[in-house]
Amino acid sequence: MDEKTFLVQQILVRTFAAGTPLLLGTLGEIYSERSGILNLGIEGMMAAGAVAAFATASVTGSPWCGVVAGIVVGGLLALLHAFATVTLKANQIVSGLALTMLGLGISGLWGKRYVGVPLINKILPVRLPVLSNIPILGNAVFNQDLLFYGSVVLGVIMWFILYKTKVGIIIRSVGENPEAADSLGISVWKVRYVCVITGGIFAGMAGSYLSLVYISSWVEGMTGGRGWIVIALTVFSLWNPKRAFLGAYVFGGIYVLQYILQSYGVSPNLLLMLPYIATLAALLAAVKFSKKKRISPPLSLGVPFDRGR
Amino acid sequence: MWRIKIENRAVRSYKLSFLTGIVSVFLGVIFTGIIFALWGVNPLFAFYKIFSGSFGSVYGWQETITKAIPLILISSGLSMAFVAGLWNIGAEGQMLLGAIPATYIALKLGCCLPAGIVIPLMFIAGFVGGALAAGIAAVLKEKFRINEVISTLMFNYIIAELVQYLVYGPWKGKGQWGFPYTDNFPSSATLSVLGNTRIHYQTLIIAVLAAVIVYILMKKTRFGYDAKVVGANPSAARYAGINFFRNSVLIMLISGGLAGIAGVGEVAGIHKHLTYPWTISAGYGFTAIIVAALAKNNPLVCLLISVFFSGILVGGDTIQTSLQMPSSTINIFNGIILFFAIAGDYFLTHSVRIVKNG
Repeated sequence: MDEKTFLVQQILVRTFAAGTPLLLGTLGEIYSERSGILNLGIEGMMAAGAVAAFATASVTGSPWCGVVAGIVVGGLLALLHAFATVTLKANQIVSGLALTMLGLGISGLWGKRYVGVPLINKILPVRLPVLSNIPILGNAVFNQDLLFYGSVVLGVIMWFILYKTKVGIIIRSVGENPEAADSLGISVWKVRYVCVITGGIFAGMAGSYLSLVYISSWVEGMTGGRGWIVIALTVFSLWNPKRAFLGAYVFGGIYVLQYILQSYGVSPNLLLMLPYIATLAALLAAVKFSKKKRISPPLSLGVPFDRGR
Repeated sequence: MWRIKIENRAVRSYKLSFLTGIVSVFLGVIFTGIIFALWGVNPLFAFYKIFSGSFGSVYGWQETITKAIPLILISSGLSMAFVAGLWNIGAEGQMLLGAIPATYIALKLGCCLPAGIVIPLMFIAGFVGGALAAGIAAVLKEKFRINEVISTLMFNYIIAELVQYLVYGPWKGKGQWGFPYTDNFPSSATLSVLGNTRIHYQTLIIAVLAAVIVYILMKKTRFGYDAKVVGANPSAARYAGINFFRNSVLIMLISGGLAGIAGVGEVAGIHKHLTYPWTISAGYGFTAIIVAALAKNNPLVCLLISVFFSGILVGGDTIQTSLQMPSSTINIFNGIILFFAIAGDYFLTHSVRIVKNG
């Protein structure tokens, strides 16, 4: 293999790895927002999930126990958001920000003991036979770890449920018109609880991926704004899991490119603006083509459902 | 059998508002205390350290007032935006976009013009910079239906990267030993402080004035009344013929501009140069959101609550050194208080009673 092919292959490997936490987070946020609940707490749930995963993996020696812990912590934090916004009908923006503060705070405090501690057992890549022999792409896509494969499979399942099943119709209808859904006998609060917690579970998983696979250690602030990128990506993908794949890997690619282009004298800071500018540009473009496709968020996003009113 | 009976309340009471504020801070203390205890630190000792660090000494008070300056400026502006239903969460970026042009003026004109000209110019440039960042978000919202939560959030990151680009690249100071700082501001471009403190009183005066002016604007003028209607009942506002575009843009300009002034205060009063974005904005833009939420968007109440939260920030620095807890620990406290504060709102709009069946 010559040097150039190797470089391209390495870029692809890192791109998919960098895109995975973004994909996981976005899939979860799509469900939350599709049910009508905006959750700005992704950054906090991701950070808390990351530290929970790392701490558990360090104590038990099993990275998979770590993943479970990350998921549980993410889900529990999301439960808090669901209680505040669904049951108490609190402002979703403020509650989400509170969740981010709480999650970042918990991760900083809990993680202090694990700064600089190496991970004993890592989640190693699993080479898929035959498929991994495809030139370049094979090694990038089919020689990754199980969490990566899991995220791809989950993405497809999440898309299928949302668009091809009755459950998906129920979720979408609760996000669009909760009054109508309620009059059809759908329990709006139950659907919203489940979707918000799903969002937390995915954010926790994304955090686990960061601390157990992508970076394989704990550093405070390791989420580095990825939770906010997820919020942007959710809009970027127009609330569709299928487009979340595209968005996550493109943004993942930008993360990787900044390291490479840096050596050619391009300012990494200007490159790091790209994901955010791209999001705004995508939204502007979407407005322009709005006659063709839906681009507006779920109609009741951010609005609490109060039966008595 | 007993059951919980929930009814909608017709009127909000001020007494209850005040009570829920106090209760949420109290519950925040208790729950944070539990987390401290789980971590192995005596919670009473930790809270003693936090509050004695900020309110227990002259030095503590000086630092508390210093850090309250940006909080007052930003939270007054935010409370106005929040009343109008404009969710500006980009105050961090707006601070920075205020600091950038102020830095430019300081480095270009500070050498040759007196402070009496340079300082006002810096404040004006800072206001314009911050206003621009927020104003664009308002235009995007009203003309292109792009949610301001997303746009202001994106601007936070874009502007932070811009600052990094500047301090690592073209604006990197020659006399800073390779650190990513701009050159230090000349003396005619730095704010004077009270005695040996870090209280840059010019910004403090502007901050207090801003809170009062925003209060009058919101409570006593047609403009403020329109803003309230837009926030509380958009369809009624449309029916009444309120100009949404003008209203939103103006409010965001003011809100962003005040954050921009806060940014000028930080670079010209504290750091004396532009440096890492997170050193300049330091989470003030997010903390100010808690302040506005707890103050129920009343700028005068923001004054008091800013001082309280500033005290918590100073206390956070104290436990970082004396208890070796990371500075982010204080986020736990802030997050929990914020949760209880918005949960408490439920009891302002609903009466929850336990009644006997039958």
